[in-house]
Amino acid sequence: MPAQSSKPDLLQNSLLQNEPDDVVVSIRQLHVSYRQRQVLQDINLSLRSQHVTALIGPSGCGKSTLLRCLNRLNDLDERCTVTGQVLVNGRDIYAVEEDVVSLRREVGMVFQRPNPFPKSIFDNVAYGLRLLGVSTRSDLQQQVRKSLQDAALWDEVRDRLHSSALELSNGQQQRLVIARALAVQPKILLLDEPASNLDPISMLKLEELIATLKINYTILIVTHNMQQAARVSDFTAFMDAGELVEFAATSDLFTTPKQRRTEDYITGRYG
Amino acid sequence: MQNRHSQHISREFNDELETIRSQVLRMGGLLETQLDKAILAMLDNDAVLAAEVKHGDAEINQMEMEIDAACIDVVARRQPAASDLRFIIGVFKTIAELERMGDESKRVAKMSAAERASVLPVEINTELRHMGELVQNMLHDVLDAFARMDASAAVAVAQSDERVDDKYELISTAAMRCMVEDSASVSAAMSLMWAARSLERIGDRCQNVAENVIYLVLGRDVRHLPLDGLLEPSG
Repeated sequence: MPAQSSKPDLLQNSLLQNEPDDVVVSIRQLHVSYRQRQVLQDINLSLRSQHVTALIGPSGCGKSTLLRCLNRLNDLDERCTVTGQVLVNGRDIYAVEEDVVSLRREVGMVFQRPNPFPKSIFDNVAYGLRLLGVSTRSDLQQQVRKSLQDAALWDEVRDRLHSSALELSNGQQQRLVIARALAVQPKILLLDEPASNLDPISMLKLEELIATLKINYTILIVTHNMQQAARVSDFTAFMDAGELVEFAATSDLFTTPKQRRTEDYITGRYG
Repeated sequence: MQNRHSQHISREFNDELETIRSQVLRMGGLLETQLDKAILAMLDNDAVLAAEVKHGDAEINQMEMEIDAACIDVVARRQPAASDLRFIIGVFKTIAELERMGDESKRVAKMSAAERASVLPVEINTELRHMGELVQNMLHDVLDAFARMDASAAVAVAQSDERVDDKYELISTAAMRCMVEDSASVSAAMSLMWAARSLERIGDRCQNVAENVIYLVLGRDVRHLPLDGLLEPSG
């Protein structure tokens, strides 16, 4: 999808030239509107491999919309129009030839409420693998086990893999859906307020998991909890009213934000 | 900048920060009084005043502990960020400097001028008086910069420390010359050097507070940077 700017090449080139080598996702001049209402305006953002980037901002600022642009979940709603570019490993995911199914395999997503299928723990994790054609019992067992281990859930469920996933606690269910996402070996993980329904201990376990996962994945997390963003992320983007107001290393953004709007938001002042 | 905390959504948080700010200023005010008395006690050899300084230090120590506790409380309960975080960290560091300036003031007060006047040239005493005034001005100005959150005033304070250092050099060279020329003056010259040394340390600590003010206002760590660079806008 072409960018709607008068000087896209110039701007894009200068942006790309300044990018570090390990950029996995480049969002360029992204505009999103919903029923003619602009919900995201001119977003430019890069996600670096093996780093966690947090999106923070008030409700309705567009952070979840931005997250959903990365696996084209917004496409499901035809009232939603997306212009600009989202490059995943240099590939424009909004290009005509892009295969959305394989994109979503590459870009895994975890939602606010854990949404396990009403199946066994094993079948939840094996679900995506079976769709991909993995059918031998030993392959499935091996990959399910690895995914559950990577999601730090294996030790808690190894003896009851065939009981219903719905019997797990909230925190365990959230790690189960992460295991389900990991099973199909994505490169990028999108986490949409993954801890907002968890008790403090489960939340800390999840944060610990994020810290482990970033060794192998690129992670983008949307969170309302600013302290959580400060704890888990390497970079933080502050959004307000559909704009990306400020993007910086997390330690800089939380000690010396450059923009007044960021300062007011993170210190809890009236805007 | 007086009401920089007035816009928090949480009024309680506002009040807590405002209380800490005014406590620091009160502690600074006490220290100013202590330093003024200490310099007078030293120059006039006033034992009564020196004793007052000695007792007055306890209140400064107490205030440091109280402000410390209030800051820890804010960190624990409010998780301050950005300018609030820099303010709390800046206060932590500033009150430690103020407390030590209190200790140095006590040392200044202890120095007796009686024997010094008899064996040392009068000019040295005059220099010491000047040095005391410079340090008093530094302390006053840096507290003012803190109260007004004024980074450029803080830069000016940091720069003025050089004049205090020059005075210290001058006084210690003169004192050493006296010791070389007349062994009877050693005790008096040493006492003079200790007093000048304490004043010089207070000047250094005022510079540290000035750097804290610059950090909490601008978010820039300017320690160990050349003083000329302090005036340049952050890059």
